[in-house]
Amino acid sequence: MADGSMTNVFLAAVLSPLLLGVINRTKAFFAGRKGVPLGQAYYDAAKLLRKGMVLSRTTTPVFWLGPVAGLAAMTSALLFVPLGGLPAAVSFPGDWILLAGLLALARFLTVLSALDTGSSFEGMGASREAFFASLTEPVFLSALAALSLKGGASSLNDLCAFASTLFAENLPAAVLVAAALFIVYLTENARLPVDDPNTHLELTMIHEVMVLDHSGPLFGYVVYGTAVKLWIFGSIVVSVCPLFRAASAPFGVLVALAGLLAVAVLTGVVESVMARLRLLRVPLLIAGAGVSAVVGAILLTGVGR
Amino acid sequence: MTMIAALVLLPLLAGLAALLVRRDGPRRTVLLLTAFVHLGLSASAWRRAPAPLWNGWLALDPAGRLFLGVTSLLFAVAAVYAVGFLAREEKGKQKDADEAGAFFLNGPEAIFVGCLLFFFSAMTFVTVCQHFGLLWVAVEATTLASAPLIYFHRNHRSLEAVWKYLVVCSVGIALALVGNLFLAVAAAPNGGPAVPLVLSEILNQAGHLNVPWLRAALVFFFVGYGTKMGLAPMHTWLPDAHSESPSVVSALLSGALLNCAFLALWRAAQTGVAAGQAAFVQDLFLILGLASLAVAAVFILGQTDFKRLLAYSSVEHMGVIAFGMGIGGSGVFAALLHSVNHSLVKGMLFLLAGNILAAYRTKAVAQVRGVSRLLPVTGPLWLAGFFAISGMPPFGTFLSELLIVKAGLDSGRWGVTGVFLLLLTLVFIGMSRCFLNMAQGRPDGNGLVSPTKEKRIAFLPSLFLGALSLWLGLTVPGFLQRLLQETAARWGG
Amino acid sequence: MSAWDQALWVAFILLNFLLLGTSRLSVCVRVLSAQGFLLAALPWLSSSAITGHTVVLSAASALLKGLVFPWFFMRALDAAEVRREVEPYVGFGASLFVGLAALGFCVWLARALPHPSAVSNVALPASLFALMTGLFLIVSRKKAITQALAYLVMENGATALGMALLHWEPLVVELGILLDLFAAVFVMGIAVYHINREFDHIDTDRLNYLKD
Repeated sequence: MADGSMTNVFLAAVLSPLLLGVINRTKAFFAGRKGVPLGQAYYDAAKLLRKGMVLSRTTTPVFWLGPVAGLAAMTSALLFVPLGGLPAAVSFPGDWILLAGLLALARFLTVLSALDTGSSFEGMGASREAFFASLTEPVFLSALAALSLKGGASSLNDLCAFASTLFAENLPAAVLVAAALFIVYLTENARLPVDDPNTHLELTMIHEVMVLDHSGPLFGYVVYGTAVKLWIFGSIVVSVCPLFRAASAPFGVLVALAGLLAVAVLTGVVESVMARLRLLRVPLLIAGAGVSAVVGAILLTGVGR
Repeated sequence: MTMIAALVLLPLLAGLAALLVRRDGPRRTVLLLTAFVHLGLSASAWRRAPAPLWNGWLALDPAGRLFLGVTSLLFAVAAVYAVGFLAREEKGKQKDADEAGAFFLNGPEAIFVGCLLFFFSAMTFVTVCQHFGLLWVAVEATTLASAPLIYFHRNHRSLEAVWKYLVVCSVGIALALVGNLFLAVAAAPNGGPAVPLVLSEILNQAGHLNVPWLRAALVFFFVGYGTKMGLAPMHTWLPDAHSESPSVVSALLSGALLNCAFLALWRAAQTGVAAGQAAFVQDLFLILGLASLAVAAVFILGQTDFKRLLAYSSVEHMGVIAFGMGIGGSGVFAALLHSVNHSLVKGMLFLLAGNILAAYRTKAVAQVRGVSRLLPVTGPLWLAGFFAISGMPPFGTFLSELLIVKAGLDSGRWGVTGVFLLLLTLVFIGMSRCFLNMAQGRPDGNGLVSPTKEKRIAFLPSLFLGALSLWLGLTVPGFLQRLLQETAARWGG
Repeated sequence: MSAWDQALWVAFILLNFLLLGTSRLSVCVRVLSAQGFLLAALPWLSSSAITGHTVVLSAASALLKGLVFPWFFMRALDAAEVRREVEPYVGFGASLFVGLAALGFCVWLARALPHPSAVSNVALPASLFALMTGLFLIVSRKKAITQALAYLVMENGATALGMALLHWEPLVVELGILLDLFAAVFVMGIAVYHINREFDHIDTDRLNYLKD
């Protein structure tokens, strides 16, 4: 059980809404607009925390669980996530399964609170989200399991370190696993081509519709939670890539942050050039990611050198 | 040296000529001329083996000479029949035999005759190839050349048959290509100098062949070339293709093409036997042989279409040949003799079936009655053919099947021989019902049947083949026996 | 050199997965073309010397498999005026799953067969996998044109297997094989055209009149 520093957690807490801003600015750039300020997510969260709440009469205390407990789960997940070359705050063998579990818990609570409203739109969004999650989780776990099969190491920290060394040794396998993780990142964060975060039509929403009824501080927690989730998956992707790993402390932070920035910009680019996939095609995309991960696993283990 | 080249190139060039010639008469003359000249060349090849070509890549070993002779003979007979067939086919729309109210067109005769000759050239090429790669090319070429022939009567059934034939056979042959590769690896397992895939060279190396790779190669060869040979369970293309094509084409497919596939399998399996894997090879032959017999028995009992009946009978006889090879020893000689006998009899039967189809305009057994009354030569020949194909004396097939059973009993394999006999009995029961029902009774006079005086060109080819089969049943002539013994002796390197 | 080699073989595997999972015919044809070019490029990267034989074969392969066959297929599709969708018996997700199982099996098979160490270790499973993909596609796709395409995938797999086992057939034989493939595609294309004219569809599922 290695104890890294809490730097990662602190940085995530402070800087994660910035990622949302970067993505939006990239999309605006592609669209030829100036776009919202980089810190818009901060302003939104702050504004929402000051506002009053409107609670529907059909809701129960469960309604609060989604944003509040969900955010708590996600911030605790931050403890296990490495950032580039910086080790995670807490790491032990199998912590990536705990991470997946915490994220699943957050998602479960969101779904619960969505169902609690009794609205059909939210139920629809919840069912879609649950469906995609049921496909994405195995892919996520198998991508990490692929790494651990060969790497032998079992904490997320060590897995990411191992993955980055793979790029030199076994490039195809590394690329496949990284690609799988990137698609998981896009799907879990409800980004295009899986889900359009800017859509205003409830019938086409997946993630946004689940949180439609939250207002005030609860919605503020939701916005902040989105940012934290983005940070979690983004930093996993960054930690896998060897470019953004640097050992020494202050330099390492900067390099890792640059990596996160790059991932955010890439997300913005992907969102700008691709259209949303038809709902029935999304499972194929996730299946493609799964294939990518499993082929990577096969290449790592089955084919000796 | 030029003999082999002539054997292969003559039909190829004739085919090209047939495509270019405009009038039917000269085209048919080209066909007949080519067939008989080729027959003459094959006969002289039998007497004296021609010199190898291309450093031994093309050569006529005894097995090749045997099958070349049979193919050539059958083609000559079929060519004669084909001239009569083409003459009696109507131009323009014809009534469909199986579907009331449907019409179909025939394909262009130039393509038919041209493809017949290309097909013949490809089959000749198979018999002379000693290099496994070239052998593959030749077998695939036979598939491609015969596809347009099946589609001569252009209706949806024959189209379906052509598609199945193309896909199943091509896939099978692609697996045989994998077999080639595995054989090459078996011959040079440690990355040493590559041994050319020529049969004689591989046989020289037989002691050093790597066994796992060789076994894998043999499995792929059996599945691949077995598909082309019509062994179950890869036989699915056979009933459709052989029944939907014109009878003269069916005769060639059953009588000549299946033998060529068997030859390819023979050459491949020889490597296995020479390397000491004879038991493995024999097991494969036995399994496929008995499976083919079983499948044929199931589908012959209760068959309603007499051309499909003959097609399944081909599957059965390929099973008999495979069974004979599986028994080994004198069974190999018997299997080779049986392949010759089967070609003659099956050719005869299909040509007769063509006459029956032309007279009755239906392929349904239930609607064909009184063949022996309506068609005074075809009818009795049809009955004689039934006796021949069921392995009854005095025809040649009796002798070969008896020899196979004897070989089985001699080698102590009572169980499988018993199963073999049982399956043959089942097939006989199924076929007798169809053949006897067709031959006896009075012809149905409700306008379906138009009595025709039988043209000599329609029955003489079958009569000739029947006479040959009878001759082979009474005595196996010396030259044939010597050739068969030479071929069987090569088995086992 | 061997890193490029391995990358190309992995790309070969991924192309086969793409074939299993795509629902668009034009993607299938383009994958076939890409496979052709890949196979043409592979001999240049293997460790053995580049001979005239390699050059001719590589050029012929690139030309035929990369350009001519896809062009044939697109023309056949245009002539048949079919909906450009692959119609499967086995759904695309299930096909991908079967593909993964097949890949695992091929890797196991490649380890079970002793083969010369000169061969890149991904090559043998990759080529066996292509063979299996071709076979599976023939069985699990309805349209006649996809069966012809899958046959070519099988042949690509067989060619790749030859390269993986470092076995080069003589030039005459290889050219003969290519010629055979060309004739096969030609004949199959004509057959598809006739099927379309006769039946107004190219669904082999509905070619079931002949049976016992």
